[in-house]
Amino acid sequence: MAYPYTHEREVRVMSRGFGDPASRTVEGWRKLGGYAALEKALEMAPEDVVEEVKASGLRGRGGAGFPAGVKWSFMPRDKQGPHYMLVNADESEPGAFKDRELIRWTPHQVIEGALIAAHAIRAQDVYVYIRGEFFEPALILGRAIEEAYQKGLAGSNILGTGTDIDVTIHLGAGAYICGEETALMNSLEGRRGQPRVKPPFPAASGLFAAPTTINNVETVCSVPHIVTNGGAWYRQWGPEKSPGTKLFNMSGHVVRRGNFELPLGFPMDELIFDVCGGIRNGRKLKAVIPGGSSVPILTADEIQGLACDYESVAEAGSMLGTASMIVMDDQTNMVTQVRRMVEFYAHESCGQCTPCREGTGWLVSILRRIEAGQGTLEDVDTLLGVAKNVTGTTICVLSDSSAAPIVSWINKFPDDIDRLVGGRRAGAGTAAAGTAAAEA
Amino acid sequence: MANRSDASDQITCTIDGQEVTVPRGTTILDAAEQMGIGIVHYCYHPALSAPAMCRMCLVHMEGAPKLVPACVSPVADGAVIQTDAPLAEEARTGVLEFYLVNHPLDCPVCDAAGECKLQDYVYQEGRKHGRSVEPKRVLGQDDFGADVLYDGDRCIMCTRCVRYMREIAEDDRLCVVQRGNRSVIDTFFGEGLDGSPFASNIIDICPVGALLSKDFLHKARAWDLDRTPSICPNCSQGCNITLDTRDNLVQRLKPRHNPEVNSYWMCDYGRYRYEWINRGTAPYPYGMPAPAGLEADEGDGSALPPAALPDRATISELRLESPMMRRDGVPVPVGWQEAILGLLERLRAVSGGIQVIGSPHHGNEDNGLLKRVQEVVGGDDAVYRAARAAAEVVLPGFQKLARRRDLAANTRGLDALGFRRVGDDSAAGGLAPPASALIVLGDPLADLPAKAMADAELVVYMGAVISPTLEKADFLLPLTSFAEQEGTFTNFEGRVQRFWPALNPPPMARPAWQVLGVILAGLQDGVAPASAGDAFLRLAELYDPFSGLSYPVLGTLGSMLNEPVRLRAGEEG
Ligand SMILES: Cc1cc2nc3c(=O)[nH]c(=O)nc-3n(C[C@H](O)[C@H](O)[C@H](O)COP(=O)(O)O)c2cc1C
Ligand code: SF4
Ligand code: SF4
Ligand code: SF4
Ligand code: FES
Repeated sequence: MAYPYTHEREVRVMSRGFGDPASRTVEGWRKLGGYAALEKALEMAPEDVVEEVKASGLRGRGGAGFPAGVKWSFMPRDKQGPHYMLVNADESEPGAFKDRELIRWTPHQVIEGALIAAHAIRAQDVYVYIRGEFFEPALILGRAIEEAYQKGLAGSNILGTGTDIDVTIHLGAGAYICGEETALMNSLEGRRGQPRVKPPFPAASGLFAAPTTINNVETVCSVPHIVTNGGAWYRQWGPEKSPGTKLFNMSGHVVRRGNFELPLGFPMDELIFDVCGGIRNGRKLKAVIPGGSSVPILTADEIQGLACDYESVAEAGSMLGTASMIVMDDQTNMVTQVRRMVEFYAHESCGQCTPCREGTGWLVSILRRIEAGQGTLEDVDTLLGVAKNVTGTTICVLSDSSAAPIVSWINKFPDDIDRLVGGRRAGAGTAAAGTAAAEA
Repeated sequence: MANRSDASDQITCTIDGQEVTVPRGTTILDAAEQMGIGIVHYCYHPALSAPAMCRMCLVHMEGAPKLVPACVSPVADGAVIQTDAPLAEEARTGVLEFYLVNHPLDCPVCDAAGECKLQDYVYQEGRKHGRSVEPKRVLGQDDFGADVLYDGDRCIMCTRCVRYMREIAEDDRLCVVQRGNRSVIDTFFGEGLDGSPFASNIIDICPVGALLSKDFLHKARAWDLDRTPSICPNCSQGCNITLDTRDNLVQRLKPRHNPEVNSYWMCDYGRYRYEWINRGTAPYPYGMPAPAGLEADEGDGSALPPAALPDRATISELRLESPMMRRDGVPVPVGWQEAILGLLERLRAVSGGIQVIGSPHHGNEDNGLLKRVQEVVGGDDAVYRAARAAAEVVLPGFQKLARRRDLAANTRGLDALGFRRVGDDSAAGGLAPPASALIVLGDPLADLPAKAMADAELVVYMGAVISPTLEKADFLLPLTSFAEQEGTFTNFEGRVQRFWPALNPPPMARPAWQVLGVILAGLQDGVAPASAGDAFLRLAELYDPFSGLSYPVLGTLGSMLNEPVRLRAGEEG
């Protein structure tokens, strides 16, 4: 069944059940091969599950791309108190809408992956932290969990193996910052959702100060397939360092928007022009934000021949992040787009760190003035100066995220600046300026 | 103390080119502090948890991918830290610029100006001109209850106040509301800080002028205040404080750090009872009407608005300003020499010994020499009276500190000197009309009628304030108060602590130890002490609990009496 649209170049591993309400039930999910992996994993020693996931090279899909198996191996081997497995379903980054779909269509995939992960790290509890606005997905997942309990797939003595793992949903209140792993833990504990200073890292002291592993929904959803088919199987897709398939969430001025599951390393121009059907209304491509609003913007030139994997996009000066791509055509008012993104960060800043609390708001004020045609060349320098001071100085990287779109926009689109403030910064638009910005 | 022999407990690192060896786990901030390198900081406070959120203390550590917050980063063996690395300085300058984006900079009307860390740090490390030209966010003020006023615009969101209420007061009444630059500190549903007995400490730890004392509001500029180290006179805990004075008046009390007694804190009860010091007289109930509400307060010790006392214009009318001697039944002002010589003559003639009444609002020196006079002249009835509250009020997060039941600073000193406590919990009663000679120190005997003194052989009243009961005493000798002289108090657990003169006394007033020292010399008992320190040495010779102690031994943190003080049955420890 076509979920809203399927392209023949897609490789549908995790998105197999998309569009089919039947896959929301245990029976439907079993028909798609579900819960076989759980049965297999529970027979395996936790270390062996970790090794298999390590072998697959699966990288975290929550943005940072940290190898999942390696993360799991940080958990203490001799369990002395509770361990916790957290599933990060707070998906709030502008441009991202993959976790929501995974939960809506394949809730059992999330449960199964989480249970396997919990077994691998010896956790007796899984908490799924769902973004507050995801009310429908939370209901769907809630029903699925209930059914899993009824069928002996969760709770005590899972599948008769003697393993006990509880699965609990926690609905957030809609704060983006609660997606940051330690803020999420604070929120779960009933505190203000604000990131903690690291170290200590979650594997040493996470939720309720116990060893904790946290993974993104999509990461967790990849796990059952790896357990069933093996790590080597997973490596059939993608380059050496970015194996596997990934959901690409396409939004903006493309003809076909939505989720597309593709092998990592897929060429970005083909993704936009073939899979997504190109730019709407016959316009030209101006810019792409490849990994959610918090990564530097790429120009139409920069995406030519660019492979969509973690290393390649980083080399191009941006980040693959969550592969939530925002595509912008040549009619896009970039200053408005940038202002909106920065406004989002200013609104979502938890406010602990002075640079983030005051800096993001200040950036918005300047951008608003420029947008209203009241900016000066000096304002552009101030933007860059402030962007520099909010970068690398705070507890979490929300602050850095607010600077990324600004710096890349100013350096890569000098014509915009020209038009807006009637002047050009010395050396703007050159390679040197781009490098300086990347260093800043 | 770090154990020098165990090398693994010690690590050596380099900060700004100098090597330093510190115990493992020491933070960069503390290690630097030991070397005299001050790292600017806001959210960090030594008595509170460290959230590392203000980002003010960023420094460069070789090998670290980013600048590190000095307040929470432990120094590692061999680490090379540069607090003045260009990148670190730039980052801190940037952080300071951020603070000013929405800060009103209304220093001219801000009580914190002059003792404000934002002023200090911006002056030290800030940009000459901020780059922000945007309109500032305006939040306004909020009355937090108790004595605390919150100015949201000045708040730098360090959360010290929130953490103090949570971790030290253990009375979680403040929180951050909203997020980002809409964050403000607030109380819950208008509950406020009323009734939280240690709340005003948040005013002291607020690095800026965001938390203000309503009592002190616009009373004095920080640079016009003289700050004299002293001891809180309002209970027997003996909190170390400063008396902040201007125009020869105490304007406020502030806690002074003493890890053994009060840490960085003091209670609101003590903090706001300072008006009486300005009148040179002991507090309620020594001849004063009880400030409204005090009785109700004593039970739970909750915070009260500052005690309402007669206004300062009446101070001079209340003060005993000149020595007086009774001639033909009428007290007449005389000089000190005449008064002392006259008194010596009478004392030598005393037949049946003297009774002495000491004062828990006077230091050990004053009371000790009074006791000595009795020992020389004869007599054994040495008593004192002191007010007691119904209960202690403990600071949960620092339990050494409690507003003690004894509402005077030196009850334990009097016990150690051999005085006997009489009277009830409001420091009244317990005294029969004197039949023999009587010397009263400080206590105006307000509960006795004047005619009670009629049968006494000799009545000497030494005090700061005029006493209606003792108006007709044979001798009236004007004294300085504890705030006008040097001396020591002995706190509830027997810690002897020094205080220093903060106010100028009336010209003729003298410390009691000086007057009594001269009298003792006149009675051929030693040489008159030349200083409070001398008088204290005298105590050390005369009274076992004080033996071995001296002002140099007491130092700034005080020292315990060398023998445990007798505890009265049912007393708090
Ligand atoms: C401001 C901020 C917001 C984040 N929001 C999310 C989120 O909504 N979902 C998510 O999975 N990870 C989010 N992350 C990343 C998480 O902190 C964490 O790295 C991730 O959940 C780890 O999972 P993974 O290893 O499977 O990628 C966020 C990080 C930051 C700094
Ligand atoms: S960087 Fe911003 S969002 Fe992250 S902890 Fe600091 S203030 Fe909060
Ligand atoms: S808080 Fe400090 S900087 Fe702010 S107005 Fe007051 S004195 Fe000035
Ligand atoms: S009121 Fe003062 S102590 Fe409290 S957060 Fe603001 S600046 Fe810090
Ligand atoms: S003092 Fe170190 S971050 Fe605030």
